[in-house]
Amino acid sequence: MKSLESIVERCTELAFDLNFTHAKEWKAEEEGRVLVGYMPVYIPREIIHAVNGLAVGIMGAGDRKQIIKGDAYYQSYICHIPRGIIEMALDDNLNDFDGFIFPAICDVIRNLSGMFKVIQKGTFVKYLDLPQNFQSHIGGEFYHKEMEHILEYIEKINGARVTTEKLNHSIELFNHNRRLLEMIYDLRQKYPWRMTNVDLYHIVRAGQVIPVEEHNEILEAVHDHLQKDIGVKQDRIKVVVSGSFCEQPPVGLIKSIEMAGCYVVDDDFMIGSRWIQGDVDDASGNPLKALAEAYISRSPFSSSVYDVDNPKEGRLADLVKKRKADGVIFAAPSFCDPALLDSPILQKGCDDRKIRYIGIQYSENTGQFKVIKEQVGAFSDSIKLWEDEPVAV
Amino acid sequence: MIIQKEMIAGLFKDLASVKESGKKVVYTFIPGNLSELIRSFDMLPVYPEINALQSGMRKKSGEFIREAERHGHSEDVCTYVKCDVGMMIKGNIGPTGEKLPDPDLLLLSYTGCFTFMKWFETLERLYPGVPVALIQSPYQEDATITPEMTEYMVKQLKEEVIPKMEEVSGQKFDEEKLKGILKLSAEAEDWIVKIFDSTKHRPSPIDAYFAGVYYIGPINIGFRGTQEAVDYYKELYKEVQERIAKGLGPITPEGVMKEEKFRLVVEGPPNWTSFREFWKLFYDRGAVIVASSYTKVGGVYDYGFRHDSEHPLETLAEYCMNCYTNLNLPQRINLLEKCITEYHADGYLTNSIKSCNSFAAGQLMMMRELEERLEIPVGFIETDLVDPRYFSYSNIKNRLESFFEMLEQRLLIEQD
Ligand code: SF4
Ligand code: SF4
Repeated sequence: MKSLESIVERCTELAFDLNFTHAKEWKAEEEGRVLVGYMPVYIPREIIHAVNGLAVGIMGAGDRKQIIKGDAYYQSYICHIPRGIIEMALDDNLNDFDGFIFPAICDVIRNLSGMFKVIQKGTFVKYLDLPQNFQSHIGGEFYHKEMEHILEYIEKINGARVTTEKLNHSIELFNHNRRLLEMIYDLRQKYPWRMTNVDLYHIVRAGQVIPVEEHNEILEAVHDHLQKDIGVKQDRIKVVVSGSFCEQPPVGLIKSIEMAGCYVVDDDFMIGSRWIQGDVDDASGNPLKALAEAYISRSPFSSSVYDVDNPKEGRLADLVKKRKADGVIFAAPSFCDPALLDSPILQKGCDDRKIRYIGIQYSENTGQFKVIKEQVGAFSDSIKLWEDEPVAV
Repeated sequence: MIIQKEMIAGLFKDLASVKESGKKVVYTFIPGNLSELIRSFDMLPVYPEINALQSGMRKKSGEFIREAERHGHSEDVCTYVKCDVGMMIKGNIGPTGEKLPDPDLLLLSYTGCFTFMKWFETLERLYPGVPVALIQSPYQEDATITPEMTEYMVKQLKEEVIPKMEEVSGQKFDEEKLKGILKLSAEAEDWIVKIFDSTKHRPSPIDAYFAGVYYIGPINIGFRGTQEAVDYYKELYKEVQERIAKGLGPITPEGVMKEEKFRLVVEGPPNWTSFREFWKLFYDRGAVIVASSYTKVGGVYDYGFRHDSEHPLETLAEYCMNCYTNLNLPQRINLLEKCITEYHADGYLTNSIKSCNSFAAGQLMMMRELEERLEIPVGFIETDLVDPRYFSYSNIKNRLESFFEMLEQRLLIEQD
């Protein structure tokens, strides 16, 4: 078995390869393979897999690419992620991609889909209108049709016809992937010192850009490693990070949170890879329906999901409890309406339940973390020192 | 203008007296509003955006926004939401100085803007226990309305919205009544298209942005589908025809605009906190707006869409999906191109709203695209809807001055 260090090293390379070399090589290996780029937060990757495709997460350029053209397309008061994505589209980073999917999360991502249409990037550009109606015969059916549209686009490119067997097989692989991720999160909750959150971040992010089969192998090895008694326990508080579901925090920020005295035991970075809670039925006669059902009834709480029947503050509190966390760090991208409009709701929920929290803002290319480190340090100290007092910073 | 004022005042009067009348109140939004359906149940609408807009015009929004920020709202989010939340926290006193009634139903018809959803999640917590009906309008991502999109909406109407309306109002859904209302909607829509089309004339008899926002008032805030609205638009059309016959330009707050120098198409909502000063910057320089995207947020009628009383639910669905911000970017560009060409605009101006992603994201690309396609001079300014902190008069004036100078030069060259 490969060492944990070498796995992490490989994943770190993959996670931030903005040329998506590995995915492009995968495509070149065989005739008829397609690459489909997708933006945060969630798409059913299973359906792409079932038609000889690879869904590649385009999670932004982070702090790894100089933005020159992107800034000319966006006003200063719009978040950072679309700048990096359009910069990549205008450069050569996204060449060889056959299509792009923009799942419904906000108006910025939605309008970015239109920008891709204007610059005619890829053979197809699909805004995936995820349903906000959570009844199977209404929202579920609509979502079913949305998935069929994606399959039609891909069939036009490579002629691949989807079958029940193929879809069920893909579902099985992604179920396995989600299960492994969940097991790793569970282990880290108990023994967070065995692997840093930054390392975990790279491992999860690598899974966005490589075939699921390969990622499953990586996760299996990581899981094996984490069962060993490695690392040294430190006096840190346990936190859940919430609000970073779309534009990703710079790795330096995650590192700063850890260095300031926290173990991050759950987060919503790339929540799409853990979206469906539990398994999707992989033995049904109608796998698209199974995927739609899973979305309708087993999505996590998220800023992209209307929560009228299932208030998000309660679900965040449940997560804090499940992870035995000491508090929450609300880390939202600057100018992110969905995350920032959710904050008062979630923070009130925390106040009502006496859950401690702190709120910070970032941009994917933030380079200075001194202030954040001090804030988080004060937060973790206050929890360690004054255990019983509710804290809001 | 007087008729329009009376209509709106009447609505607020009705809202102030719901205790006596027993009428039920629905909070809902303008883009993709289901006015006709609400009316068919004899309920009264409250539009949070209108409250925010009115608060902006009455210089109250700054205080409300700060109040929301004190309650944990970020500086960087949609200011309509914050203004509305702040107003509610401070007692929900409406534009007429009277308290607005609490909602009996929260009707989230969320068209063209994701923030509406967030807004209602907030409202829902301010009014716990009030039923919520959500109807999602699929986005015209592929520049078309497919049968499944309509079907999805119709199902939501039948199984989500109408049953909740029946429950709240205590009335059964009356399709014939709805059909009658829809007939009047189509009539009003015919008139409003003719009115906005009048800007083809030189000089343009109306300003389709600064005055346009008043013209769209009745059709957008619950009067679509009433005889009153039809009469109002007929009257307005008559007035516009008279102006054309006399060769008159648009009316401004300082009287008739003297000389029409520049004809513009504007993309983006206006600023409300300094609305008059903002407008003056244009009419003082002889700039008239011949078309604007903002007047289409409550419905795009340019391509012939009219409410169709023969298919009442389908038509409501199509109406929702046809609102401006529910169009994809290429569709928006094409629509603006049509406006620039048909109304013979000399320039294209973007008013970018700091806190409105629904409009702002992509505006710069739209501007480039139009500049390239039509070789038209383009201008760009930044304001906010209702946050007075983001209206910098001198900055806007400077930018507009340079834009007007550019237009002047272009016109001189063209004359040569
Ligand atoms: S960071 Fe927030 S505002 Fe920006 S694209 Fe993502 S969800 Fe939208
Ligand atoms: S973001 Fe824009 S369209 Fe959406 S609610 Fe705010 S002002 Fe309205």
